[in-house]
Amino acid sequence: MTSLNTTVTRPGRKKSLFARFSHAVYKYWPYYMMLLPAIAYFVIFCYGPMYGVQIAFKDFKIKRGFGGSPWADPLFKYFYQFFESYYAWNIVRNTLVLSIYGLVAGFPVPAILALSMDEMRRQRTKKVVQTITYAPNFISTVVICGMILSFTNQTTGIINNMIVALGGEPVAFMYKEGLFPHIYVWTGIWQSMGWSSVIYFAALSGIDPQLLEASTLDGASRWQKILHVKIPAILPIIVIQLILSAGSLLNVGYEKVYLLQNSLNLNTSEVISTYVYKRGMVDAQYSFSTAVGLAQSLVSFVMVFLVNAIAGRLSETSLW
Amino acid sequence: MVTSSGTVKKRSPIAQTAGDRIFGFFNGVFIVLITVLTLYPLIYVLSASISSPSAVVSGRMWLWPVDLTWEGYDRIMQNQEIWLGYRNTILYVVIQIAVSLLTTLPAAYALTIKPLPGRKVLVFLFSVTMFFSGGMIPLYVINRNLGLVNTLWAVVLPSATSMWYIILTRTFYQSTIPLELEEASQIDGCSPFGTFLRVVMPLSGAIIAVMALYFGVGRWNSYFGEMIFFRDRNLYSLQLFLREILIIAQFSEENTSNADAITMAEQIRISSIIKYATMIVATIPLIAAYPFIQRYFVKGVLIGSIKG
Repeated sequence: MTSLNTTVTRPGRKKSLFARFSHAVYKYWPYYMMLLPAIAYFVIFCYGPMYGVQIAFKDFKIKRGFGGSPWADPLFKYFYQFFESYYAWNIVRNTLVLSIYGLVAGFPVPAILALSMDEMRRQRTKKVVQTITYAPNFISTVVICGMILSFTNQTTGIINNMIVALGGEPVAFMYKEGLFPHIYVWTGIWQSMGWSSVIYFAALSGIDPQLLEASTLDGASRWQKILHVKIPAILPIIVIQLILSAGSLLNVGYEKVYLLQNSLNLNTSEVISTYVYKRGMVDAQYSFSTAVGLAQSLVSFVMVFLVNAIAGRLSETSLW
Repeated sequence: MVTSSGTVKKRSPIAQTAGDRIFGFFNGVFIVLITVLTLYPLIYVLSASISSPSAVVSGRMWLWPVDLTWEGYDRIMQNQEIWLGYRNTILYVVIQIAVSLLTTLPAAYALTIKPLPGRKVLVFLFSVTMFFSGGMIPLYVINRNLGLVNTLWAVVLPSATSMWYIILTRTFYQSTIPLELEEASQIDGCSPFGTFLRVVMPLSGAIIAVMALYFGVGRWNSYFGEMIFFRDRNLYSLQLFLREILIIAQFSEENTSNADAITMAEQIRISSIIKYATMIVATIPLIAAYPFIQRYFVKGVLIGSIKG
């Protein structure tokens, strides 16, 4: 180590890559030690699975490993198998319906909530309302789904009890495939709207008070101040949030979808991720379900780029 | 700060117009509506957990408790599996926090060192993982090859850290700890480890709390990884037992039509009271700690938004 170091520090000599590397390690090794657990994590649990994605193009045998399994013939066998199946269209459609519906309905709510709460004059009440609306975010998916199932139960649920009390007919909410997207999306909004508004609050509190005073003196109404001062101020945040959610558009909250599924609503509730889980983990069709998952991540990645590019054109705000 | 709308009128040089007052009114109505919508389901669950099941099932109980009873909690007390799940979950949460902090905090600090060779390459390679992932099946195969399946490491290690949290922590270091302080300690003869442990860490209380909470709450609430990787019931976390009580039991209950009527009614009665009580028992630790930890969560979001 020391001899290497002397060759490196000798002036006027072009350093080889190896010498530069060993010099870096010699001088900075404590920092590399600090990075070691993280590097190990990323190599094993992120790049490992990425390397393993090749089994989408292989006839994977778990005994022979990622590299040793033979290539599928034809290479895209499992992709064809999925896209030619009669249910593929259904699953892709469900995924898109749940995510786009969720985005369109759910995206404006936190911003509106933040703008509305920002207009509240009493600081104490504002704090209380904030605390209340954040709370559902910390309830686990299992409990949330348990609540949904209990409330919508056909004979014992509170919603049907109310419907009957008002003279209506009880509805089997969870067993009607047409209702699934609505239940999924609106319970999601209920759970996350408060918490998602935090970031908009931060942006609103960053507005220069002089700007608001000036607009007051110019005779702007509260509504006009929202329209012309506050919304423009939070617009960059809105755009960034939009780009990020576009990337996860295909990643519907499968943990929640899986819990709410049953045989009668499967037609509208089966999404790509739950399908990958069932075919891969339950039926042990490793290559096939990896191919389906890979198709999903490729589309997601392309979407981030597209939306980022469009956003960059329109508003000069982009991720990179 | 303004304390009530009365003082606003006095302090503001311009009186509120009629339009502004109408706006304020509707805004207030909207806020009240949102608050009621958020609170109602939570209060309902709480009331249902201590009300007589027949009142809950029939709809007589719709807001406040009716015919008070502790039967649900009594039954949970006798349920060994809930407590097993509780114990396991607390263990997993503690281990997850320890592993995650050890992975995230030092790495984020090392990435603030500007002259560190290879820093940019590492940041790039780490960032790639925010947009690409191998997916569920390759991860399963890796866990299986490492012999982690059916151990707690199969769920703890794959969520050890993430680039989002490393960036968050790095941003915190860069924006709150002055570079001069680190330089001074190095000049005084402190090693990099010493600087990290004795100078940076004592100033990082806020970010340590934020990270511990994010990782801890994530583990507490997760069920999917546990469902995939745990075969042994002794390993089951609270959420897995909850899933059996709240989801699986409920769907099967609604589909059994041929059971005889009396036991059916009794079953519905018992499952109803247990359901609501379990929801409360499973959520209480978070809700109870929530008013105290909330500001750290908010802080996390705010640090994150510095860099957009």
